[in-house]
Amino acid sequence: MVEEKERQNLKISLCLPTLNEESTIGKEVVLFRSELMSRYPLLDEIAVIDSGSTDKTLEIASNFGADTYLASDILPDLEPKKGKGENLWKSIYQLKGDIIVFVDADIKNIHPRFAYGLIGPLIYRPEVQYVKGFYDRPLTLSNVTRPSGGGRVTEILTRPLFSLFFPELTAIIQPLSGEYAVRRNVLEEISFPIGYGVETSHLLDVYGKYGMQAFAQSDLDQRIHDNKSTRDLGKMSFGILQTFLTRCKEMGVLDTHKDYETVFRQFQAVSSDYQVVEHHIIEDERPPMNTIAEYREKFGLDKSK
Amino acid sequence: MTPYENPELDLILSELPALIEKNKSLRDILLANLAIIGETPSPTFKEENRIRLLLDRFTELGLSKTSIDEMGNGVAVIDGQGGDNNLMIVAHADTIVSEKINHNYTITPDEVIGPGVADNSLGVAVLATLPYILQQIDYVPQNNIILVAATRSLGRGNLEGLRFFLANSKLPVKQAISVEGVRLGRLSHKSIGMLRGEITCKIPEQYDWSRFGSSSAILTLNEVINKINDIRLPKRPKSSIVMGTISGGNSFNSIATTASLRFEIRSESVQLTREIAERIDEITAEVTSGAGETVRLDTFASREPGGIPFSHPLVRSTRKIIQELGVEPRLAPSTSELAAFIDYNVPAITLGITEGEHLGDDNESIRIEPIYKGLAQLIAVIKAIDGGICE
Repeated sequence: MVEEKERQNLKISLCLPTLNEESTIGKEVVLFRSELMSRYPLLDEIAVIDSGSTDKTLEIASNFGADTYLASDILPDLEPKKGKGENLWKSIYQLKGDIIVFVDADIKNIHPRFAYGLIGPLIYRPEVQYVKGFYDRPLTLSNVTRPSGGGRVTEILTRPLFSLFFPELTAIIQPLSGEYAVRRNVLEEISFPIGYGVETSHLLDVYGKYGMQAFAQSDLDQRIHDNKSTRDLGKMSFGILQTFLTRCKEMGVLDTHKDYETVFRQFQAVSSDYQVVEHHIIEDERPPMNTIAEYREKFGLDKSK
Repeated sequence: MTPYENPELDLILSELPALIEKNKSLRDILLANLAIIGETPSPTFKEENRIRLLLDRFTELGLSKTSIDEMGNGVAVIDGQGGDNNLMIVAHADTIVSEKINHNYTITPDEVIGPGVADNSLGVAVLATLPYILQQIDYVPQNNIILVAATRSLGRGNLEGLRFFLANSKLPVKQAISVEGVRLGRLSHKSIGMLRGEITCKIPEQYDWSRFGSSSAILTLNEVINKINDIRLPKRPKSSIVMGTISGGNSFNSIATTASLRFEIRSESVQLTREIAERIDEITAEVTSGAGETVRLDTFASREPGGIPFSHPLVRSTRKIIQELGVEPRLAPSTSELAAFIDYNVPAITLGITEGEHLGDDNESIRIEPIYKGLAQLIAVIKAIDGGICE
């Protein structure tokens, strides 16, 4: 992969957006630097872009050799905003890579595959613009069927929304995963919500501009991180819903879809084979009971007249 | 030249400061190896994944002679420049940590925290990194260096992996170094006699309820422990009985039907080790004769005392190297890998790499800074052995 990268004369940057990640950032930087810079020179830079951590995140990252930036110091003349999306957006300005890999900094079982697994498709497949990570580790190696998919917000909010409005995008197994690699020419063309909606808007925008053929997905095996509370997921969902509805409005989707899609798509996996499961869910409506003739007759609703 | 002068060793000692600096520049490589290896669970008898990972590392570094033997040991050879001898570096690959425990490590600028990091993930990480370090300092040994990550070392494993290797390897080992994560300064050259066992007490499920409150496997075990405690040990040869772990019972309010004690007898004398073991055997028989209880003694690991003397050139050179690093050598006897080397008459020492805390706990930790000296010490000893000044 390194040879092919060098042949294409590509530069690759790794961006770790952070906010108080002192317990995990050290290992992430050490592993990526050691494996993907010293041993295999796949990455040209590792940058931590921070939203203003109050712990030792930046100190630790810098100690282990990452370039560290405060998001507010990048493009300082612009009105300051705060959020993960803001860090990602500013990284496009700050970093030099033709490909930028984004990896969340709270991953406890970090491994070099989190970067090279996402970079591979961009190096070998010129038509691919955006590579999304997903996680699926079978508990046993038998051929039993198991549900495969994302976290709670993905399954409860994003997947139903995509199924309704953008059925093709349901092919993305984990639309909200924070691990993805993108070509610069794509990143510079799309706008970024500064908060939780950034992953959702990326998918909608890339889909709108380039179609499904721009996407690739990489199985990154397993991701261990702290679970968020339901309240936090509520906030996240609100941000995502806001972004989604705004995009729908801009794309004219809300107005044109008089009849919504009725197919809800989820994934199941058998061994390493991922199958789409389609549920025809028709939220059909019954009229008020008093409009039903039999009911009216039984309860003598017409007699009183 | 007096017998105390040794220009070859002096040269090695003079290279130590530069070696420490070089090791600092290789920090990320070692820490990455430590995290990847340490996060792969490797309880005794289940070391396959860690060994496979290590072998991948060796292959990536271009070592061609890598293999996994019948006992699961991971083996690689750094070819020498034609020397006839084989120097062996061994680290035990198993840990006392169950695979059910969360194995995620945290790396800070000062330390690495995670279960088994000191014992002995760091030792295995050093093994994984050593060929790279030697490449970086352009050191090609005269003799072959055999790297072995030994399986089935701890507890009931009883050094099975290393013993198997020494019994069956086609490469006769001239001298050996056993690498342990902690502590820097450790220089073990002798093994004390050891015998490990487990005493299990059981009472029938339907026990004598008329003795309500006084009957319990825990009480029976307590009786055993009291009797073991009464065994009188002589001042010399030095001997001790270590009560290691105790377990029994299920809840506050139900009578414990089983209880067990794991212990270790340590002694400088083979004869005394056997005598103590016989006495414990008698105690279990004595307690068993009570109503209903069964007390069983199971011994599963033993070591013969032995080793190389303090004045052996290997010990002497290593002591000088450790002192040159500004560290006080600690010459504690060992019950670890040395015992296997002693059985096969291979002169060997055990070295520690750094300082550590909370050993055996889930938050076991090692300090990063002393590692640079620890590695320098190991490389210097390798050079000394390779240069033939330890014979």
